[in-house]
Amino acid sequence: MELTKLKYYWWNKWIGLALLVVLVITIPILTLFFNIFDPPGESWSHLKENLLYDYFINTLLLLIGVALCTFFLGVSSAWIVSSYNFPGRRYFEWLLILPLGFPGYIMAYTYTGLLDYAGPIQSFMRNSLDIQVNGGIIDIMNLPGAIFILSITLYPYIYLLSRASFSQQSKTLQEAASLLKSSRSRTFFKVALPMARPAIVGGIALASMEVLNDYGVVKYFGVNTFTTGIFRSWFSMGDISTAIHLAVALMCFVFALLFLENLHRGNSRYVSSNPTNKPAEKSNLSKPLRYLMSGICTFIFLVSFFIPFMQVLNWVFLTYQKVIDREFFLLIYRSFALAISSGIVIVLLSVILLYALRLNPIKWVKNATKVAILGYAVPGAVIAIGIMVPVLELDKYLASHFSSDGRGLWITGSLFLVVFAYVVRFMAVGFHPIESGFQKVGIHVNEASRLLGAGTNKTLFKIDLPLIKPSLFAGILLVFVDVLKELPLTLILRPFNYHTLATKAFDMATNEMIAESANAALVIILTGIIPIIFLNRLIRVRNI
Amino acid sequence: MVIFDFLNKQSVMNQSFFRVICVSVLSLSMWSCAGDSDEVVNIYTHRHYAADQELFARFTEQTGIKVNVVNASADELIQKLELEGANSPADILITVDAGRLYRAEEKGLFQSFQSDIVNRNIPAKFRDPDGFWTGLTYRARIIAYSKDRVNPEDLSTYEDLASDKWKGRILTRSSENIYNQSLLASIIAANGTEAAEQWAAAVLGNMARDPKGSDRDQVKAVAGGEGDIAIVNTYYIGLMLNDENQEERKAAEQIAIFFPNQADRGTHINISGIGVTKYAPNKENAIRLIEYLSEEEAQSVLANLNFEYPINSKVETASLHKSWGDFKADDINLSILGEKNSDAVMIFDRVGWK
Repeated sequence: MELTKLKYYWWNKWIGLALLVVLVITIPILTLFFNIFDPPGESWSHLKENLLYDYFINTLLLLIGVALCTFFLGVSSAWIVSSYNFPGRRYFEWLLILPLGFPGYIMAYTYTGLLDYAGPIQSFMRNSLDIQVNGGIIDIMNLPGAIFILSITLYPYIYLLSRASFSQQSKTLQEAASLLKSSRSRTFFKVALPMARPAIVGGIALASMEVLNDYGVVKYFGVNTFTTGIFRSWFSMGDISTAIHLAVALMCFVFALLFLENLHRGNSRYVSSNPTNKPAEKSNLSKPLRYLMSGICTFIFLVSFFIPFMQVLNWVFLTYQKVIDREFFLLIYRSFALAISSGIVIVLLSVILLYALRLNPIKWVKNATKVAILGYAVPGAVIAIGIMVPVLELDKYLASHFSSDGRGLWITGSLFLVVFAYVVRFMAVGFHPIESGFQKVGIHVNEASRLLGAGTNKTLFKIDLPLIKPSLFAGILLVFVDVLKELPLTLILRPFNYHTLATKAFDMATNEMIAESANAALVIILTGIIPIIFLNRLIRVRNI
Repeated sequence: MVIFDFLNKQSVMNQSFFRVICVSVLSLSMWSCAGDSDEVVNIYTHRHYAADQELFARFTEQTGIKVNVVNASADELIQKLELEGANSPADILITVDAGRLYRAEEKGLFQSFQSDIVNRNIPAKFRDPDGFWTGLTYRARIIAYSKDRVNPEDLSTYEDLASDKWKGRILTRSSENIYNQSLLASIIAANGTEAAEQWAAAVLGNMARDPKGSDRDQVKAVAGGEGDIAIVNTYYIGLMLNDENQEERKAAEQIAIFFPNQADRGTHINISGIGVTKYAPNKENAIRLIEYLSEEEAQSVLANLNFEYPINSKVETASLHKSWGDFKADDINLSILGEKNSDAVMIFDRVGWK
């Protein structure tokens, strides 16, 4: 889509509507920054002295550790899968993405259970091999353990993006390199890797955002970060002000990350100017090397998905009779309904934003819409705090003016609030598929329709929307999966007596009912896997 | 995307799009409403034990009053009660710690109630003197020690755990947990803040590993040889000894129980307590439930299914408790556990006990 600087149509109802949406979505972040000027609560000085340094260091180490590990895991597996032929390559293509369906906190409990004293590994060693294992050796509940767990669930981001990049690198480039007598490894380090840099950095940025957002893993493993500090201040101390200060500190990390990523991308051109690239051929290897490649992929797959998934199945098998009852199905229904509605709302709002942009491709409108999708970079706990504060005030105001006896809680603790928070957080997830959908369709059909006399509204419903139906569907599906997995935001904002699969799994695991929590976990994982299969088909069909 | 092509062929999809939206918006509003019918009592509880479900079912059978249960941590529940204010649907708050009971009382979340049945069943020392709350069960925080590696003669008091002979041998959970916070609060009450801080620092230095995991994990770590003694609650031992998983049972069988401070003030105990919320819509039903839980039938279930010590002295001692023997309990006023809670949390932070 071409952007123009001409100020025709600088205001119309679509722009107005879009701006309204953007404004409402950015309220939570704005609230935070206004409240930073309030004096901090009583526990702040105590926290500053004793805990703040821990929060900072742990968060920093987590980020660096996960960035390094996901880099190695993601890039190496992506390179292997896109450059070489080896047995099972077709399957590993999508098997290696599966860990994305495993939320981090579920991976954390599963591995803890696996390596626990009463778990299968230690029991086996004690009973069958007669080895008394010192639990301290395979203790996973610490910072390195958290890095491990987060890395194996997040490396698929880097894997996907790198693989797309490597596969797109044209055959001509590869042939040129080999003509110039460059060895395979030299080609990798000097050509392929640098060209994939924006994709890799993008993937690592995405993974880093997820690390900052995480609550379940770090809480369970006892690693104190800003997010656990926010929860502690909010719930244990009732000190909202301190929670806000911590939220802002966390946002500084996020901004630093975004800034670094933008800086890195700069103005460099990484794309080949030739639009019709032939994808690179996959080279053949000697037999032992081929099996080595299979072995590496198998190992990664086993550790990051297969073994924990087997453990989850095992627990379900042991406990399903106790856990699966009417309550459980109600839980599934509620989680699904909440996720689907959020998906629909987000797709609706994205359509409004993108249609406004489509009709008025002006730079400031584009920037305004970009602001709306920033929420994805903001940790869930931060959004929750940012929403709670003004809503509490609003409720007090409403109650005092409109309630017959001066009391009432209409918005706080309602599902409406939860869905609003999901919109703020996951706007980007629905936005991108629809954006690319509109881009592919192009503006000409829309313009033709309007030239023939149909208004903008009619054109939207009769022409544009039907044309991007697959994108709408994809958007709803992707939001659905993300909402289903979401934990920290839901924990804080959920209405009372309202559990989602995610909060229920977390709740049970923290109350020493890990095996029982596997039932909810299994549903989350299975629903997470579905879009992955679609995603892989999508990438394959586009010949990447 | 062959899969999505079929969608393009349906021309009715446009209308369906709107219908889908309408339906979901409607259903969204429907979930927010709670269904109300006949007699109910709404409980906000921190207790997550299976025994409770059993008791509530029996209560409904006997009285016809439906029990609505909301589970969350006491901190969250207290937060919510504060936020909800007069509009709260909760009738009852149940905690697993005296400290949180005190906090709820301080925040004005309870209302005082009078019941002869409760007074008869529950000794005064387990009830708030102003009638704001009452205990349901009590539990002791004891030392579980390895039968093979520890001579029980070496054990005496909590304070003794600070001595050098326990270097690298102690296991206990994080300071985030209220059980440890209340234990430290009782030590502050007995010995003063400074001595308590020195004690906490010394015990931290004696730990076999960073404080982490649950009480059961500590017992398993003792069985696995990571440490020799663990500070845990009594009922977890009972639960482990009767767990379905054989490995849990084997781990619990390798340890024995010691009640500290028998020669002076007695072992630290804590209560799981209950109170009627200030704006309870079903106050009568709430009091009936509390009375039911104080009677022998319910107390017996709690003792035998969950291995907590019953507060009703008429209940026959569970066999597990018999095997452990009687013990002298610290009879400090339980409200103090709440009063000293913030001091305890700050001490933990200062000495670095995570």
